Amino acid sequence: MVESVSALERIIEIEVLRYRPEQEAAPVAQSYRVPFTDDMSVLQGLQYIKDHLDGTLSFRWSCRMAICGSCGMMINGKPQLSCQTFLREFYPGKLRIEALAHFPIERDLVVGVDDFIDKLASAKPWLIPREPRSLEQGEYLQTPRQLEQYEQFSSCINCLLCYAACPQYGLDSKFTGPGVLALLHRYNADSRDHGREQRMPLVNSLEGVWNCTAVGYCSEVCPKGVDPANAVNQNKVNSARDYFLRFLRPRAEGK
Amino acid sequence: MSARRPYMRPMNGWWRRDPFFVRYMVREATALVVALYAVVLLAGTLCLARGETSWNAWLALLRTPASILLHLLMLVAMIYHAYSWFEIMPKTLPVLFIGGRRVAGTTITRVGLIAAALATLVTLAVAWTLRP
Repeated sequence: MVESVSALERIIEIEVLRYRPEQEAAPVAQSYRVPFTDDMSVLQGLQYIKDHLDGTLSFRWSCRMAICGSCGMMINGKPQLSCQTFLREFYPGKLRIEALAHFPIERDLVVGVDDFIDKLASAKPWLIPREPRSLEQGEYLQTPRQLEQYEQFSSCINCLLCYAACPQYGLDSKFTGPGVLALLHRYNADSRDHGREQRMPLVNSLEGVWNCTAVGYCSEVCPKGVDPANAVNQNKVNSARDYFLRFLRPRAEGK
Repeated sequence: MSARRPYMRPMNGWWRRDPFFVRYMVREATALVVALYAVVLLAGTLCLARGETSWNAWLALLRTPASILLHLLMLVAMIYHAYSWFEIMPKTLPVLFIGGRRVAGTTITRVGLIAAALATLVTLAVAWTLRP
């Protein structure tokens, strides 16, 4: 009992990089002292600030259980989902929170994701069947091995942590980036899909896989166990094969 | 009129922000050392082609303390490069199956490191047997 009371009295310092475009030319740090319990996530710490200390603080969140992908931010310099990172990990030290790296800050912890959304569509992330099928033809059959080729890549929740971990994207945002290329591979590697030829121009392009220098941090920070670095680098092989095979097997007209 | 004024943060010194990036930069930098050692070997081959005097001069150069120190430094860089190279190897390979089971990334790294160690030992053994 005594222990739980003292646990409630613990106070952690949270420093947030704030940016209010109508008020500041560049982001500034602001510190808050937040009482917390062992079961409180960083997101709950931010909600405490907004509810009790400073209602002007802006951040995105929704599900609180690592599935919506809204609450990614830099926590002590690492891209993490704030809903599955706990304040107790940092106590008695302080916590420094910043908007996801490599994206433009709109306000406080909110970043502009328009670039990612546009890229997402360019990868055609949906099944493109070989020919139209009717319901009477029944479901597609797939072996466990065929499933394994793409299954982990289908866990992506578009949280953008991999983009915040990718210096190549930070240095040149024309790069399609880890998340979209992993999703592209998720469909190319699916035995039900036949859209590979439509997606290869993006893979092969200057903005495609060859911009990746195999830093590998994208796979390290992914909260859903996706391995974008693997997807991108497998497609360097596919892209090279595509390049050389065109001499042996010319593409159909207009492709 | 839009009140939006998106702020882009600079990328200056990005590779010092995280130890992961520092290790990446060391991996990339040690690749230059691998290239440098290839140049040393190439110089030896050219000296060999030019005749005995050149060859002996190259050998004598290798025996100088400065050269030995340089080689020790290159050895350290080369070992780190080999380690980091096999560490990233699982990321560059397609999904592998052996006996119906997926091969784990750590297994790929380990097999690579063991292969590199064996190749080094075999090379050393051959060099030792063929020494004059």
